[in-house]
Amino acid sequence: MKLRIKNESETRRFGLSLAQELEPGDVVCLVGDLGTGKTALTKAIAEGLGVTENIISPTFNIVKEYHSGRLPLYHFDVYRLGGPEELYDIGADEYFDGDGVCVVEWADIVAEAIPEGSRLIRIQYGSVPDERIYDIGETE
Amino acid sequence: MKDGKFLTLGIESSCDETAASVTADGRQVLSNIISSQIDIHTLFGGVVPEIASRKHLENIDKVINGALEEAGVSLDDIDLIGVTHGPGLIGALLVGVAAAKALAFAGDIPIVGVHHLHGHISANYIAAPDLEPPFTAVVVSGGNTDIVDVRDYNDLELLGASRDDAAGEAMDKIARVLGLGYPGGPKIDALAKQGNMHAIDFKRVTLEKGSYDFSFSGVKTHVINYVNTERQAGNELNNADIAASFQLSIMEVIAEKAVAAAKEYGRDKLALAGGVAANSLLRRLMEEACRANGIEFYRPEPVLCTDNAAMISCAAYYKFKAGHVDGLDLDAKPVLDFDRF
Repeated sequence: MKLRIKNESETRRFGLSLAQELEPGDVVCLVGDLGTGKTALTKAIAEGLGVTENIISPTFNIVKEYHSGRLPLYHFDVYRLGGPEELYDIGADEYFDGDGVCVVEWADIVAEAIPEGSRLIRIQYGSVPDERIYDIGETE
Repeated sequence: MKDGKFLTLGIESSCDETAASVTADGRQVLSNIISSQIDIHTLFGGVVPEIASRKHLENIDKVINGALEEAGVSLDDIDLIGVTHGPGLIGALLVGVAAAKALAFAGDIPIVGVHHLHGHISANYIAAPDLEPPFTAVVVSGGNTDIVDVRDYNDLELLGASRDDAAGEAMDKIARVLGLGYPGGPKIDALAKQGNMHAIDFKRVTLEKGSYDFSFSGVKTHVINYVNTERQAGNELNNADIAASFQLSIMEVIAEKAVAAAKEYGRDKLALAGGVAANSLLRRLMEEACRANGIEFYRPEPVLCTDNAAMISCAAYYKFKAGHVDGLDLDAKPVLDFDRF
């Protein structure tokens, strides 16, 4: 399914509504170039889960945890990882089978480590600067 | 104790550096060993945590022994062990914390956990022996963009932080977009010197009036959009102008907010810290803004700005002097609030 997201407020609306569907153990994969709004979408998902802390980019720390919402949120950014084996090294499989929701930015880098059938959102630039195209599917 | 001086062994392994240091009476650096992994990371275009963890493990004994040897002391002389216990990568932190606890247990030496950010700020005590709180501190690095009111050695308040990307992180990402390589900060700084910083008006995000928070995600996206649009139009990019203009849009906001915080809290001293403190434009803007406002400006030399263990040792010394000691149950905390140190 492809969705046209016109601007950041539509990103927020999409994230808020996605958050309502999420259950413990769900993994949401976000794949898209720098600047396509992966962290912006994660912020909206967090808001929808009722997380009160500010979501900041976890690029340097790889994973940041938030426990103030309806479910724990584990926000991964695997941009700097070399491959899936490095994700196991930081104990990611425990997060994936855990009590909360995992959002994984740059999930394509660690595709083999992601549970099958997880939500996969590919984000592309649209035809104008603020526009994004969400291609929504499942991981294999 | 040696020669009547209180010796602290500091250990740091929260991200990509394994480091150990011995300080005397908190501020005098007897050794400061950093096992830089920059060469490995250059190959991969960023910090690679798995390699980082394994390298920390390989390096930790070497840097600790090196720090003791260079200081001319043995473990028996050490009065205190300070270690970064968070925030950071869990696998990386654990190596330093486990080594610190083992040494503390073996030598029956007290141990103190240090918040990484508290360490960065403390680098200024080493660089400027006369510096005493209160002052305003600004920590700018790959993982942090923070303004802190330092009321006393162990009484610090976080006034603002980045709400999305840290300044150094945004620089790394833009360096990648421009094909400059890693580490991005120094590459952008060098290239910017050949460019016109007023060539392109990238947006500055200052957030609500009075806020000391930062947001650099918007300017990052603005630069990427600019680069993509120009490439699509077939225009030749002037990377030096882009680097210079982008750098200005980030550093200007940091300098403005830092000075505003110092003024609001009535501080007449401002101390910079973190890896991006080495940035030449940030240093110049801060110097100018401080001079214009009658504020004394402090900045440690680069070796004390990037991750190191001397700063951890210094912070641990002042915590211990204030009566703070941790137990052997000290744990590595990937997430560690700044008010819990």
